[in-house]
Amino acid sequence: MHLVAWGVYVVITIAAWRALAHLAAPRGMAADTPRDPWSALFARLWEQRDGRMAIGVLIALIGLAALAPWLAPYSPIAQPDIVALHNLPPSLAHPFGTDFASRDVLSRVMYGARVSLPVALLAVVVSTTVGTLYGAIAGFAGGRADAIMMRVIDAALAIPRLLLLIAILVLWGAVGVPALILLLGLTGWFAVSRLVRAEVLALRDRDMVVAARALGARNSAIIRRHILPNVLSPVIVAATLGVANVILIEAGLSYLGIGVRPPAASWGNIIQDGADQIGTLWWVSLFPGAAIVITVAAFNVVGDRLRDALDPRQLDGS
Amino acid sequence: MNAPLLSVRDLHTWFRTSAGIARAVDGVSFDVQAHETVGVVGESGCGKSVTSLSILRLIQRPGRIEPGSHIEFDGVDVLALDERAMRAIRGARISMIFQEPMTSLNPVFTVGDQVAEVVRVHGDVSRREAMERAVAMLGQVGVPAPAERAREYPHQLSGGLRQRVMIAMALVMSPSLLIADEPTTALDVTIQAQILELLAELRAKMGMSILLITHDMGVVAESCSRVLVMYAGEIVEEAPVTTLFAAAHHPYTEGLLAAMPRMGHARERLAVIPGSVPPPTQWPQGCRFHDRCPYAWERCASEHPPLYQIGEGHVSRCHLAEEPGRKVPHVVGERSERAATGEAAR
Repeated sequence: MHLVAWGVYVVITIAAWRALAHLAAPRGMAADTPRDPWSALFARLWEQRDGRMAIGVLIALIGLAALAPWLAPYSPIAQPDIVALHNLPPSLAHPFGTDFASRDVLSRVMYGARVSLPVALLAVVVSTTVGTLYGAIAGFAGGRADAIMMRVIDAALAIPRLLLLIAILVLWGAVGVPALILLLGLTGWFAVSRLVRAEVLALRDRDMVVAARALGARNSAIIRRHILPNVLSPVIVAATLGVANVILIEAGLSYLGIGVRPPAASWGNIIQDGADQIGTLWWVSLFPGAAIVITVAAFNVVGDRLRDALDPRQLDGS
Repeated sequence: MNAPLLSVRDLHTWFRTSAGIARAVDGVSFDVQAHETVGVVGESGCGKSVTSLSILRLIQRPGRIEPGSHIEFDGVDVLALDERAMRAIRGARISMIFQEPMTSLNPVFTVGDQVAEVVRVHGDVSRREAMERAVAMLGQVGVPAPAERAREYPHQLSGGLRQRVMIAMALVMSPSLLIADEPTTALDVTIQAQILELLAELRAKMGMSILLITHDMGVVAESCSRVLVMYAGEIVEEAPVTTLFAAAHHPYTEGLLAAMPRMGHARERLAVIPGSVPPPTQWPQGCRFHDRCPYAWERCASEHPPLYQIGEGHVSRCHLAEEPGRKVPHVVGERSERAATGEAAR
């Protein structure tokens, strides 16, 4: 599962970066910036210190998660001595301390990243794909089909996502990680589809679409070449911010015991391990909590910076 | 004369809106012969662009080409074709270029890619071959260093170069008819002249016809052999270009010509046609121009004028053809009020 997930994740990351780079070129590039679109986008993200820090943090987190089996000092589920080594405060041997079962919290947080990050990223891939397709179809079809499809979205958006997830998970009982990803993804695409539909509506009547039609392009080519690439930038911004949101939701669900189940470590359920005695055993909850805060903040900053870098108002500086 | 390349008869393109039926194009007929450049002039909102989009069947809901309209291109009934056959015509047999070369190009693809895409849409050719043809075409439309320019994005090119790219996209399949919708309006004056010259040169070289839509009489004088003047969804005058400039018949054409700045005629202000084109949901009764016309009399408010034959290839939709003695200017506001009350009384 993890191998597959990481494989998919790496492929998607590379693809997304290439797509982004593709977009950044015509959008934000001034005459004196490098011609290569990839480096142009990266230069824009890199311009400000918070962007640099956030990218650095994300790379570090992803690296730590990917290399956890080699970097983590202990196994995340080993309980070496449940009597002598449980609830130890942070020390050199256990920088983040140990929990009630004598497990090393640092190792658990590192392994937790291997669950929390891919779950969030894959869930966002699901929600973004579904939302983009749905929104593009609605916007492109227009008329009655669009009206019906958007009323469905209105209805879906009226139900709070967290409540819906809790209800489903409680009724369904234990679900595996793949099912959790699907659930998180399939409850998160409504807003994306609205965003995409609005963009498509605006693009549909643009001169370049009329021009493409006038030169014989078919609908599928218009969607592929003119609509989708041009809606990609807001979608990518929304997806980046969406990752932060899903990390929080997953942590919340796991904290409640209905997300990722023990003994597998996710940041949410590690916090839960220490929640009962947070006054005395603060380290068990603090470190995974800090990991969540840092990750979410980093994704939000990158999302904001991407928004600036891809802002269509900065179209070729004119 | 041979059969015309394009023949439009009784074209009605209406938009059914909440404000009523907008008769954007209301009974337009004209021909375009092979190898000629025909100008279509008129103010914004008089149906020029809708006419050209109708020829390519690019009218979107709520617009519709009404039954009874006929468009024949190269002997083919365009309105009877299915969508697939129509796509094969667009861009290959009839092409179109637009006013705004920036917004007509896709910002996320290189210009070479965009020209090559047209080739690939219309022919089963390899990517490489399509790109070679694109580069060759970019060279033909006067893009310097076409092989390098082909790898650039639209935002890296000047307005004039972008319009040349649009022209390359439109002409890469050697169409027999090019519809140019205000191709120079968004450009600097010096660039305008270059683009018009380029179009004339390419027309001669490739043996195509051009339907040139513009509101600029100067552009018409420079490049067209025949002119259609449109007003309120109708053709109000049609004449060879020299005749039109020497002896315009319709008061609207007169107004357009008078509104043109002329070298050597230092005037305080340019003449203007009072008022503006009425909304297409409520064209005036009678002659559609009568409320803005300096010569209008009672007949104009009640009787819709047909196209009167004025001379060789010269027609005009004005009752002055029958009653030339009525050509006495008066103040327009007064007249239009009287005409309005006359209309209400009926």
